[in-house]
Amino acid sequence: MSVLSIDHVSRWFGNVVAVNDVTMSVGPGVTGLLGPNGAGKSTLINMMGGFLDPSTGGVTLDGETIWRNESVYRKIGVVPEREAMYDFLTGREFVLANAELQGLGGAEAQRALATVEMEYAQDRKIATYSKGMRQRVKMASALVHEPSVLLLDEPFNGMDPRQRMQLMDLLRRMGAEGRTVLFSSHILEEVEQLASHIEVIVAGRHAASGDFRRIRRLMTDRPHRYLVRSSDDRALAAALIADPSTAGIEVDHGEGGLRVQAVDFGRFTELLPRVARERGIRLLTVSPSDESLESVFSYLVAA
Amino acid sequence: MYNPTVARLTYRALLGRRRAALLFLLPGMLLVIAATIRLLNGADDQVAADVLGGFALATMVPLIGVIAGTGAIGPEIDDGSIVYLLSKPVKRPTIILTKLTVAVAVTMVFSAVPTLLAGFILNGNGQQVAVAYTVAALVASIAYSALFLLLGTVSRHAVVIGLVYALVWEALFGSLIAGARTLSVQQWALALAEKVTGEGLISSEVGLTTAVVLLAAVTVAATWFAGHKLRTLTLAGEE
Repeated sequence: MSVLSIDHVSRWFGNVVAVNDVTMSVGPGVTGLLGPNGAGKSTLINMMGGFLDPSTGGVTLDGETIWRNESVYRKIGVVPEREAMYDFLTGREFVLANAELQGLGGAEAQRALATVEMEYAQDRKIATYSKGMRQRVKMASALVHEPSVLLLDEPFNGMDPRQRMQLMDLLRRMGAEGRTVLFSSHILEEVEQLASHIEVIVAGRHAASGDFRRIRRLMTDRPHRYLVRSSDDRALAAALIADPSTAGIEVDHGEGGLRVQAVDFGRFTELLPRVARERGIRLLTVSPSDESLESVFSYLVAA
Repeated sequence: MYNPTVARLTYRALLGRRRAALLFLLPGMLLVIAATIRLLNGADDQVAADVLGGFALATMVPLIGVIAGTGAIGPEIDDGSIVYLLSKPVKRPTIILTKLTVAVAVTMVFSAVPTLLAGFILNGNGQQVAVAYTVAALVASIAYSALFLLLGTVSRHAVVIGLVYALVWEALFGSLIAGARTLSVQQWALALAEKVTGEGLISSEVGLTTAVVLLAAVTVAATWFAGHKLRTLTLAGEE
């Protein structure tokens, strides 16, 4: 059982602040580090993995400082995002080298290859592997020493759905065994399917923390914006604004429709079709205009 | 202080890349030149010394040193695969010393061995010329490997800088400016070669003691600094 602690950590590169005063602690089980691209997730994971020193603050594993302390790697397994590996080796040779560097041998390497189901291709050169196969061999190299902490940077990138399921099963299993598993992702569904605990990072700041239901609720309860086109925009607008689930409506001549801001997501989604049917108005377009993850996240930061 | 797994990975990375072709090309050229001269001119001690000094020690050894020294670590840092070495409970100085050992071994095999062979082809090791330049190539291999390994850890343009040093500084400035010659691995190595042949055929700008002290100092300092750089190497993310 290991706990990673991040204590008032900031990291900047020149004038750019990548991580801004983040404090969190990551314990056993699967934790998802969620945030849009460029939010500072990789910087944070690199600091937890000891590949980057915090500009201020401390990153520790069970009380031990991680930066410049290679003994922590007996407990940590790292799955980097970058593709580069020793492409001139076969999968087996690569995992064996990683095992040897941990002071282990062929038996452990073979077991790790079996865990990620890569035995069938272990004697092919890594250069010939698909992205999913590379990802699995990277996993095997991080698992050879049965680490109590596993750090994965965007592990599902480039995986097909079946490989994604397999990796999720594996990570769930590792979490259930009491290991501390932390993975980063910019895709909400991935994190929701896998992580029991979520940490949200937006623009270098720690925006939210908790179980996914709480975060999901925060995300659903935010004001939603829709572009609505109908056979009678003004009549529809009058009917919608009468209900408290609608906070504002604007007639957008440029788009030829209504811009509706809804505050109660659940109620509004029932109200709109009902109102339209009752008044004989035909709905031509209903499209959410701010569903991008960035806008969801920026709402979370403000909350 | 030596990790066989790191060594194995380094050997395979060095000899498995396309650059490795140069490791065979340069010694091959030296042997062809030596054989041609011997056939056309017969054995001549001064010509042997000129060829070994002008091509083997002045050009081939530093170039092989650049390929082996920077190639032992540079590409791994560039593409980020060094993360698989750094995320292990292996001391950073061990990684550097192992990579240095591999770079030195590769440079010696591909520069000192052909130098010795070429020397025997040129004049049958008359006046110890072949052995003298082999000794010079061996010690230069160590210093060049350490210097270029350091370069590989500090710069992404290690190969270019290494080539500029090897060709411009050692070859050009070394022959034009007297001061530059004192600060030249080649001249330090020549001091040892001079000691082996005795006066006359080979001459160096620096005395033997100075040469040995400088060679040792550069090797140790470069290796220490490379180890230090690796300990504090930061792998910035993609963002």
